[in-house]
Amino acid sequence: MLEVRNIFKAYEGKPLLNDISFNVGVGETICLLGASGSGKSTLLRIIAGLESPDSGLVSFNGRDLTNTSPHLRDFGLVFQDYALFPHLNVYDNVSFGLKMRRVTQTEIFQRVVNSLEMVNLSGFEKRQVTDLSGGEQQRVALARALAPRPRLLMFDEPLGALDRALREDLLSELRTILHQTDIPAIYVTHDQEEAFTLADRVLILHNGKIIRAGAPAEVWARPEFVFVARFLGLGNVIEGEVSGGQKDDEWTVQSDFGVFAVRCTHKHQKGDKVHLLARPLPAEYARVERSEPIGERRRNVLQGVVSDVIFQQERFKVTFDNGLYVYLSEAPKVGEKISVQVKVECLA
Amino acid sequence: METGKQANTKADKRATLSTRSLLWLLPLSFLAISFFFPLSKILALTFDINTLTTENLQLAYRVLHFTFYQAFLSTLLTLLLGLPSAYLFARYNFRGKSLLRALTAVPFMLPTVVVAAGFNALLGPRGLIHVLFPLSSFEFIGTLTAILIAHIFYNTTIIIRVVGNALSSLDPKMEGAARSLGADSIRVWWNIILPLLRPSIFASSLLVFLFDFTSFGVILLLGASKFSTLEVEIYLRLLRLPNLPLAALLSVIQLFCTLIFSILYARFVSRSTTQIAPRSAKSNLHTPKTLREKIFVSTFCLLLSAFFLLPLSSLPFRSLFRLEADRGQRGEVQYGFTTDYYTELFVNRRGSVFYVPPIQAALNSLGYASATVVLSLLLGFPAALALAKPTRLEKILDPLIMLPLGSSAVMLGLGFIISFGAWLTSPLLVPFAHTLVALPFVIRTLQPALASIPERLRQAASSLGASPFQVWRTIDLPILRRATLAAGTFAFTISLGEFGATLLISRPEYPTIPVAIERFLSQPGGLNYGQAMAMATILMALTTASILLIEKFRLPNAGEF
Repeated sequence: MLEVRNIFKAYEGKPLLNDISFNVGVGETICLLGASGSGKSTLLRIIAGLESPDSGLVSFNGRDLTNTSPHLRDFGLVFQDYALFPHLNVYDNVSFGLKMRRVTQTEIFQRVVNSLEMVNLSGFEKRQVTDLSGGEQQRVALARALAPRPRLLMFDEPLGALDRALREDLLSELRTILHQTDIPAIYVTHDQEEAFTLADRVLILHNGKIIRAGAPAEVWARPEFVFVARFLGLGNVIEGEVSGGQKDDEWTVQSDFGVFAVRCTHKHQKGDKVHLLARPLPAEYARVERSEPIGERRRNVLQGVVSDVIFQQERFKVTFDNGLYVYLSEAPKVGEKISVQVKVECLA
Repeated sequence: METGKQANTKADKRATLSTRSLLWLLPLSFLAISFFFPLSKILALTFDINTLTTENLQLAYRVLHFTFYQAFLSTLLTLLLGLPSAYLFARYNFRGKSLLRALTAVPFMLPTVVVAAGFNALLGPRGLIHVLFPLSSFEFIGTLTAILIAHIFYNTTIIIRVVGNALSSLDPKMEGAARSLGADSIRVWWNIILPLLRPSIFASSLLVFLFDFTSFGVILLLGASKFSTLEVEIYLRLLRLPNLPLAALLSVIQLFCTLIFSILYARFVSRSTTQIAPRSAKSNLHTPKTLREKIFVSTFCLLLSAFFLLPLSSLPFRSLFRLEADRGQRGEVQYGFTTDYYTELFVNRRGSVFYVPPIQAALNSLGYASATVVLSLLLGFPAALALAKPTRLEKILDPLIMLPLGSSAVMLGLGFIISFGAWLTSPLLVPFAHTLVALPFVIRTLQPALASIPERLRQAASSLGASPFQVWRTIDLPILRRATLAAGTFAFTISLGEFGATLLISRPEYPTIPVAIERFLSQPGGLNYGQAMAMATILMALTTASILLIEKFRLPNAGEF
């Protein structure tokens, strides 16, 4: 359906989007995940036609849209701060897109009522948008985008301005609506929770490039890149140096925190600098009487003095004095020296 | 305990009430004497059987009709230039933008005589264009066109500021939302932007209309007595065809109209502030990219700079270059650069327009202006202090203080003539009239500064160890010093340029600069003309310097208009 090919865009000489390509399929929801300033909103505005790329192609069902005005693209857009028309009431806001399309009055009425029902705002037709709460305003904005039944829905951090509880409510409503309507959607956010809740596929944008794409579970399981692991907060990222050769794709990596044996398909050489991800998966710990020199420790063991223990319901988050952290099912004491067996994976 | 406390606060209240009424004593008694007493005299004169004759009413209707007509036309044309200009400044970044914006704002602060003299210097019978192109034959002075153009020149900045501010505070995402919902750019304008701008367009138009409605100097000097608005007719019925009751009747009609417009304006202003999420002005700005944008921006830059620069620059030019023979000058005429018009200001010629060297007018003006500064600050400070944190009663007093703004300068002069006829020989009356005009501006400049000092600021300072005196010296004084300087300069500028009231009440032997310019302009001869230009140039320079001072001292968030 939607096809984005080789989009380039620079701002004041600095490249913001650097060769972006992806597809959105029928009924698919894509989440563009990235830090602020990563260009994800700009990419959305380019797809909407509100900005033009320096080069590249946006097409829908095989038709090139690069030179099509935004009002002819038939893409719905929902903004973070709603962008409701303050001089129009709820009904006129929601019916705006339908009026632009010369739909009959009865049809307009029917579809406004339907859209408001979908976002749980039935009966709000005559209300002034300026009198609504933030959550209600965002629901109106959503209904306004839904009413013309666009070919594609786009969301630019739509829940960013709302408080946590409201965000969770709206997120699950949004999930339901997206499933019901079967409209393909692109959802831009910096919040991984939102992305993983909604997305069929997650695209992670970094330095103007999509560095990782895939289903949420897949990205979670194999982040592959240092930025992805750090951005998603998957665990301890440890720098090290390859010291031992290949044995069944297993490499030995020497680091300041211990020696690790990691299985990966990368073509490493002895002396290569590598990044490893040590996930803080719930584990058992062992007390250590005296610390051994790093070279003599067992493989894949994190060792350190406990500096902080936080109770997190079903587990304890334990931080070492060297900055590493693990989740443990039982709490050690602060100041104790412990060691924990971890699994590590290799990052590019 | 409880009752003791209550008694205490009651006593406190009584104490503040008495100090507060002391604050009001001076400004209110000044207003009572110099405004409300003359106003009552005018009203008494108006509602007299001998005044309300058919003849008078018919004339009043005719004048009122033309006043509305020219104001309406002026406003429409001002919008025509102002709206695209507002768009230009609100949406585009281009080189020299702030300079051009400042240029469009200059006329608004200039005295009417300067503007009239500027257009005279450019398009008048002795103006640059006529002198440089002797074959060109068109009438400018004494036409409706001249009046309209001067009004556009004056008031375009109001549209640019008010509508431009509204335009640049519109959320650009609103347009994006409308476009993604299927609206083309025409519909975005028609359905979204214009409705959102409507209150600001109405408010600014009404303000422009109000200024055009009460315009005096422009119509008197550029209309050459061929056109009579209410304001001009009042003046004529006082000095040329004396008919005091008719003048009173006209001024009451005028006051009534301006009051209605002011009320309407206040309602529009309060309505134009509905915004959901005002954006920073920056995000709306961009440099022109497409050919259409580039053509629009360069055309309007050129148009605006020509329109605003030509009259203002031909004034000093015309005052420094002799382009025609002076009257009575025979033989070889020295054309070109000359300082004669300026040196002539210091000469007391027999048979000239004055009994004194014309430069005396400048000294008179400076004297009057200084007196106005002292007087208006003396009266304005207590009023502003009370209004900074007004009680409910004092909120009613606020519009009362502002009322002289609604009445025109000529009407104030009329009131003075009717009420203080016996003292008309005294030059003291002029600073009093100027203070009346300047006082609302002074109060409006001081009041936000006084109100802007939050109690927390003083508390923070004292918690950091500042004694009450140190608090006053380090917090209050620096903030107020700027505002006081701004207010004083405001009063000074207003007094320098005041034309309508001064023309009526100033003694012939104590002319001010604007009065002198009017007299020079109404006399024949190249020398008189040149001296008018020289005087107007001096006034323009003084006023411009004052404006720059005000801009420097004024609090950035103090309201406009």
